[in-house]
Amino acid sequence: MWKVIGERAVSLVVTLLVASVGIYGALFLAPGNPATLLAGGHATPAVLATIERTEHLNEPFFTRYWDWLVGVLHGNLGQSFVYREPVTTLLAGRVGNTVFLVLYAATLIIAGGVVLGLLAALDRRAGAAITVLTSVGLGIPSFVAAIALITVFSVKLGWFPVFGSGTGLLSQLWHLTLPAVALAISWTAYTAQLTKAAVREELGREHVETARSRGISRRHVILRHVLRNAMIPITTVSGLTVAGLIAGDVVVEQAFGINGLGSFLVQSTLQKDFASVQAVSLILVATFVIVNGLVDLWSLVLDPRLRTGRA
Amino acid sequence: MATLEAPLVATPAPRSRRRPDWVVLSTGTVIALLVLMAVFAPLLAPDNPDYANILATNQGPSAAHLLGTDSFGRDLLSRLIYGVRLSLLGPALIILIATLVGTVLAILSAWYGGWFDRVVSRAADILFAFPGLIFAMLAVAMFGPGLVAPVVALSISYTPYLMRVIRAEALRQRNLPYVAACYVGGLSVRTICTRHILRNVMPLLVVQAALSFGYALVDLAAVSYLGLGVQPPTPEWGVMVSTGQSAILAGHPQESLLAGLMIVITVVAFNLLGDRLASRQKGTVRP
Repeated sequence: MWKVIGERAVSLVVTLLVASVGIYGALFLAPGNPATLLAGGHATPAVLATIERTEHLNEPFFTRYWDWLVGVLHGNLGQSFVYREPVTTLLAGRVGNTVFLVLYAATLIIAGGVVLGLLAALDRRAGAAITVLTSVGLGIPSFVAAIALITVFSVKLGWFPVFGSGTGLLSQLWHLTLPAVALAISWTAYTAQLTKAAVREELGREHVETARSRGISRRHVILRHVLRNAMIPITTVSGLTVAGLIAGDVVVEQAFGINGLGSFLVQSTLQKDFASVQAVSLILVATFVIVNGLVDLWSLVLDPRLRTGRA
Repeated sequence: MATLEAPLVATPAPRSRRRPDWVVLSTGTVIALLVLMAVFAPLLAPDNPDYANILATNQGPSAAHLLGTDSFGRDLLSRLIYGVRLSLLGPALIILIATLVGTVLAILSAWYGGWFDRVVSRAADILFAFPGLIFAMLAVAMFGPGLVAPVVALSISYTPYLMRVIRAEALRQRNLPYVAACYVGGLSVRTICTRHILRNVMPLLVVQAALSFGYALVDLAAVSYLGLGVQPPTPEWGVMVSTGQSAILAGHPQESLLAGLMIVITVVAFNLLGDRLASRQKGTVRP
């Protein structure tokens, strides 16, 4: 098992390194002078000279990359020349909102998806309705859901605020409910479909038949025998869900005017603040890769067959 | 575009005399109608989509404007109809490029194996680390907003999905006896790959393309919604959801909601069609 974990860890680090070379290298692949790009497009020659000096732009690529990487690992994500502040300072106040929103949405997805999927697999009549619901839900992009939710629940009914993220736990919950729902809809549908398929497949297995014939209660069979095995495929693809949440978060934050990493990425892209774009992309990609690695590890725990590295 | 759409609609033509498949028929009809709307937009649109009228902003449905007007007084129905064009063209390009590149890489990997296969698979693994939308935003930061940068970026990030599925199938085909027979029979590698292996992975390829189309449409519309893709006032659904958002607070949600509805209808049609075709076809994977 440790060998498998070791192999996965090495491949994770390699992926992170190559991705970071890509993100850093984007600065030099882009058309135009890197210094101009960092400055945000409009800068006097004096400013450009300063940027070239402070960012060591005249040194060879891998020397610069190495300096940048060491800086990143020490928590220095570079300097935003548009805001004239270190990117870390700019991000500090924003990370909290994003983490809160993504965790909130993830909770809704896991709870809603598994319950709906289980219901759809066990009850024929509910199953038909849920199948239709999830087919439509899967096709609702987060920003369209956001617009519809704002129209109905914020403007028409006035139950929720239109934008912002609030302060304090309760206010944050209240402000971020609609964004979390908007973010969760399509992935809840996806998880529900997956759970349904997995539970259906598991129900037809012989061990379930055996458990039933031994007189074990239906509830026990479903919770301990069916759902537990069905969780394996659900866990395996939850890596996809993480990617979807990271991308969806960017859109939802912008739709609801939430001051988080995602809306910061959009604004930085619009303002051509290249250093900030690099920093946020790196954070999002690294989060995705690391969470995916943890999901992999978790499926090893769930499914002993994978531990031999052969299954 | 017709070249991409045609096989999707034509493939499930009743081979046997079983009862018609309503999912395939209805979703196929929706998609065919959308394509017709894109092609014949100038004939179908009742009004010029760019004609603004400050005296008739945010109007409700009326005889003159069947779906009302937006905050510039432009006819919404006309803008939605013209919007089909870019809204479908973008994802069609993405899927076309990703399928072409993915198929070539997949068949070459399956045929040659060895270091080439390992390099391609490793590169695909690394590309998986970038969620498509993040990749598209990085591209916009590099090359500026517009349709080109996001389409190229999303094509690159959809390629590994298609590549993986097709590679698995091509590898299966490569190990079948008929390929060995072709080889012994003296056919060139090129002939075997294009005439035989490609032709046999074709059904899978079409299904996988249909399944990916909806996702590409959502990603691209999201980029435009964020103001990084197609730029207003060009009519495109993602742009319209965004430009209509400010009118929602004033009680005029029609532009955003209608454009959003068009996106949902299109994506659901492609998803259902793809799912149905996939259930007849082993080995497909949802992106």
